Amino acid sequence: MLKIRNLKVSLEEEEKQILKGVDLTVEAGKVHAIMGPNGSGKSTLSYVLSGRDGYEVTDGSATLLDKDLLDMEPEERAASGLFLAFQYPVEIPGVGNMTFLRTAVNGQRKARGEEEMSAADFLKEVRAKAKSLKIDADMLKRPVNVGFSGGEKKRNEILQMAMLEPKMCILDETDSGLDVDAMKLVAQGVNALRDEGRAFLVITHYQRLLDHIKPDVVHIMVDGRIVKTGGPELALEVENNGYADILSEVM
Amino acid sequence: MALAQIKVTATQARLDAMSLPEIGWSAVARADAQTRVAAMGLPVRRDEYWKYTRPDELTSPNVKSAKASVQDNASIFGSLGCLSIVFEDGVFNAEKSDKLEGTDISLELLSEVNDLDIHWALGLYGALETKGQTPVVRPLAALNTAYAREGLLMHVKGTVAKPISLVYIQNSDNDDVMLHHVIKLDKGASATILESGPAGARCNIVMETEIEDGASLNHVRAQGRNHKRRAATHLFARLNQESQFKSFTLTMNGALTRNEAFIEICGDDSVAHIAGASVGDGEFHHDDTVFVMHEALRGESRQVFKKVLRNGATGVFQGKILVKAGAQKTDGYQISQSLLLDDDSQFLAKPELEIYADDVVCSHGSTSGAIDEEAIFYLNSRGIPKLEATNLLTLAFLAEALSEVEDEDIAEVMERLLEDWLTRRL
Repeated sequence: MLKIRNLKVSLEEEEKQILKGVDLTVEAGKVHAIMGPNGSGKSTLSYVLSGRDGYEVTDGSATLLDKDLLDMEPEERAASGLFLAFQYPVEIPGVGNMTFLRTAVNGQRKARGEEEMSAADFLKEVRAKAKSLKIDADMLKRPVNVGFSGGEKKRNEILQMAMLEPKMCILDETDSGLDVDAMKLVAQGVNALRDEGRAFLVITHYQRLLDHIKPDVVHIMVDGRIVKTGGPELALEVENNGYADILSEVM
Repeated sequence: MALAQIKVTATQARLDAMSLPEIGWSAVARADAQTRVAAMGLPVRRDEYWKYTRPDELTSPNVKSAKASVQDNASIFGSLGCLSIVFEDGVFNAEKSDKLEGTDISLELLSEVNDLDIHWALGLYGALETKGQTPVVRPLAALNTAYAREGLLMHVKGTVAKPISLVYIQNSDNDDVMLHHVIKLDKGASATILESGPAGARCNIVMETEIEDGASLNHVRAQGRNHKRRAATHLFARLNQESQFKSFTLTMNGALTRNEAFIEICGDDSVAHIAGASVGDGEFHHDDTVFVMHEALRGESRQVFKKVLRNGATGVFQGKILVKAGAQKTDGYQISQSLLLDDDSQFLAKPELEIYADDVVCSHGSTSGAIDEEAIFYLNSRGIPKLEATNLLTLAFLAEALSEVEDEDIAEVMERLLEDWLTRRL
């Protein structure tokens, strides 16, 4: 599904290298988690994959279903099946949540040469999916993320993911700012979307999200590289001992 | 204070190029207005009130040519079932207009009533304009009172549901159009008046509006698309007790537009909302100059102006709320904002509050900014292409002003025009 080879990335404005050769392969149907201390480059990886401005790829490659991701505009990446759940979802005053969702769904369909979704079908689907995420009608009508609580914003991200049905989902610290109940709700939403044709890359600081979204593979990222890969037990090790042991092991 | 010689000369040159219409019921008002213009002088760049907008092309005897296309003249409110009154190059066109009649409303043409004695209009023609000359002079409005030959005299006596739509068609490339409308709403009456179209290569339009106790007037205007046209408009409104006036203007393109409004809240518990959305490209200079005067108790006023500017377009806002002594419990609000789509465009704002009462709520704000790149990326990352994302955010920016249009059908027409503009600019 997602193949990243020797990816090296610097900040455009200050020649500071953030990713120093990332290698990562995520297979369809799998959930991979990336853990790592602050400043290790986890969020940068998610931004570079989704096409945010301000980063310069100096070496390496990233492909989604064998298509070169780095060569595409952000909206093309989305239409090709990539989805990033933001750590800090953006508030957009004046744009209704429904309008936003519908424009996004139909924008992607159009880009793929598919037929646009009718207003009636869209409404039916969005209502059903919103209900399972405990998103009420009022939240759907309000401007995108404006005045939403932390939990509501994250649930709204998952709703977008459910509506857009991407193939490769990247969740950037989706657990940050959530209480236990909100986290469970979000995790349920993610688990409902797990299937054989879809893969997840879950970026997190903590083991606790991984209690609810069980990963198949756990990677540890330190200083712009993936330094260790293992099973779910690796996350527990981090939870118990912190990153210090792993750091001393790899240095 | 004596006028500068240069101003006297320029004003005289303009007046010499014109002649007063036939003497009629408005003769006194016109002669007075002519005297006022000579005394005030036409505006020049050095006038404080014209600091941000060059008046030359609005005052010069000669008109710069401006060709209007078929699309520029396309019908805007045609689908709303209005009573249409068409002015072609500033002249009433009976064939294209509906019959000037209706229940609870009388409609007359300025060109046709010169010899008649229209009592209700006699007391208003030029009267509100005269009142609006203090504390700041508006010479172009006085010029209009003196020389305008055409316009609508509308007297509303009850509830008129059908919107009255003034359609300004421009055929000539260099006509200098002057229209002067007088509107009076009797106690408890209500009406909607619409204006649309480019009107002329240059146009000067005045609307004087008296709103009696408990009456309500909605005014919506879509200023014409013609890229080259120049326009100066003045809206004078006097609000009596518990009355309401809501005005919204959409301006798309035009080389130069100066929209002035002078609103006088002189009856208690009245509400005045003046709003505008303007979008412009390149050679586009748009100026909203608004003056709201509170003279009564518990008055509410809102000024909401939004401008989208690109390719070196210029937006101007001069807005004032004046709360006179004794106008207690006034609630005044004023916001002016611009969205600059590139580095070449500029927005010049002069928001003012002047308050002489001690128990009022007044707020004002003015901002100028670029499009939110974070929001653009968020939309892109969901599969919405850059241009569509920019359009969505642009419409969202204009939403607060657009929400001032209460009638849903009219609001929809406005929104469609804006969407159209956004796609067309490609």
